[in-house]
Amino acid sequence: MTRANLIRQILRIGLLCIIASFVLGPLLATVLGGFKSNEEIQTSALSLPAVWRTDIYAGILADPGFWRYLGNSLIISVATVVLTLLIGAAAAYVFAQIRFFGSRMLFSYLSLGLMFPFATAILPLFVQVRDLGLLDTYWAVILPQTAFGLSLAILLFRTFFAELPKELFEAAYVEGCGYIRFFWRFTLPLSTPILATVGVFVFVQSWNNFLLPLVVLNSREAFTWPLGMMQYRGEYAVEWNRTLAFVTLTILPAVVFFVAAQKYIVAGLTGGAVKG
Amino acid sequence: MAAVEMNAGSPSATEKLRRRLTSGRMTAALVLLPPALILFTLFVIYPLAGSGVYAFYDWNGYGAPTDFAGFENFERMAGHSVFQQSVMNSLKVIAVSLVVQLPLALLLALLIYRRTPENTVFRLVFFLPYILAEIAAGLIWSFIMDGNYGVVADLTRALGIDPYFITSDRSWAFTAVMVVIVWKYFGFHMMIYIAALQGVPKDMIEAARIEGASRLEVVHHVQVPMIRPAIIVSVFFSVIGALQVFDVVIPLTNGGPSNSSHTIVTYLYTFGLARLKIGYGSAVGVTLFIAAVAVAVFYQRLFMRKPA
Repeated sequence: MTRANLIRQILRIGLLCIIASFVLGPLLATVLGGFKSNEEIQTSALSLPAVWRTDIYAGILADPGFWRYLGNSLIISVATVVLTLLIGAAAAYVFAQIRFFGSRMLFSYLSLGLMFPFATAILPLFVQVRDLGLLDTYWAVILPQTAFGLSLAILLFRTFFAELPKELFEAAYVEGCGYIRFFWRFTLPLSTPILATVGVFVFVQSWNNFLLPLVVLNSREAFTWPLGMMQYRGEYAVEWNRTLAFVTLTILPAVVFFVAAQKYIVAGLTGGAVKG
Repeated sequence: MAAVEMNAGSPSATEKLRRRLTSGRMTAALVLLPPALILFTLFVIYPLAGSGVYAFYDWNGYGAPTDFAGFENFERMAGHSVFQQSVMNSLKVIAVSLVVQLPLALLLALLIYRRTPENTVFRLVFFLPYILAEIAAGLIWSFIMDGNYGVVADLTRALGIDPYFITSDRSWAFTAVMVVIVWKYFGFHMMIYIAALQGVPKDMIEAARIEGASRLEVVHHVQVPMIRPAIIVSVFFSVIGALQVFDVVIPLTNGGPSNSSHTIVTYLYTFGLARLKIGYGSAVGVTLFIAAVAVAVFYQRLFMRKPA
């Protein structure tokens, strides 16, 4: 019995390791590639570098363009998170706390965004953003991202708010606290778990977004990092080591962020999904 | 919510509280709700409605659309071999998800759902690709599959054959795209299954074991049926996701060679937006919208019926 268990355990770990190498191999080759010369990459893509060159990484880190791409992405992502949380929570609070005629209808209306992929409306969205004079501004990315993120945010917030104890609101109201102040002073602070989950999720989506920035940002000054990365790839087409170093430096913050925030990411994905 | 039980002593106190609760309600609704409504209407509903209108015009996006074209855009799209190919490709993604990705995810979930230190490590590793930007994943794999530089080059050299460029091979380019999609997303589906498996009561599994059920029988008759809701959701995600594939394709094949590896969205981008054929692209967008909504509605009717 124990022997059979041992064999089973070995088989299990072996299989897991094979799949783990399929996952990690490409990532490892990418990180190492940034330390090699192109000739070395050409002779062996997976091996450790014979000489660890750091000049490629250093060159990118010294490039102000690189930091501008990251800065643009950061500004856009943070603004999207703040707007989505504030606007989404405000609307969800109304749906959870206030009964009025048409409330259900408006809620269904705002849920429409869950029904279809973002890409379906990308052309008219481009026309809309252009006609509003927003092309090449941060708003061109922030506002549509926020609008498309609202549906899910409102749905999750409403469920959470509805579960907050009603007695609290009644007590606060007797003390003279109005709806809006209650929202600001009690509902939001009591809802940090769901705010964090939605916030992390919105941030990652914005940080990784490619299609929308591609469509509405044309000037390099405004490029987010995925656009900058493709630009870089185009410029150094045959110099894979530069592209690989660039990729490594941009996915590094994502990995660090993921490890730090994984609790919320996993909760957001599985919690919502499994209950739905 | 108005039916909340109130513990106030006298009826008049209850009445007073109710009246106070009503006042200020509308003000709050009028302050807190409009930002969401305005933003959503302006950047989601209005463009979507725009799609529905522009799709019937021949329009380059400048001035007002005046060149009414009826169903011409749709007819042209339906007859375009590249569009047909892109629909086929999206269906292939769905097929690969169902046949390869989800079974793989389920297998791994069954292997590592228990909370042990080594399982936590594997879980993190398998989930890692999901956190990367799709565009970065595509770029990394375009290196791996580069016939001159990548791991594929190592392989062909070791085998002593000519360099092979999978992403320039008409018959295999889209397979390369699908490999990357599986690599990127199986961990996500695995996480859904793990969360569900951890919710299966332990005594149910133990009871089945005591009655003499083998491990496979437990999986087949207890665990899989118990996580059915999670499987239904993950199938839904992979179908909807398959309709949206874009980022991964751009660095890998950019729709090529000779337009063989387009998905619906890269088709929409290449033949609609990049050529400023707003009318034509909108027709593709409307078609995609109808497909997505149809999938969502039918799927929910069929599988996701909730107890009200």
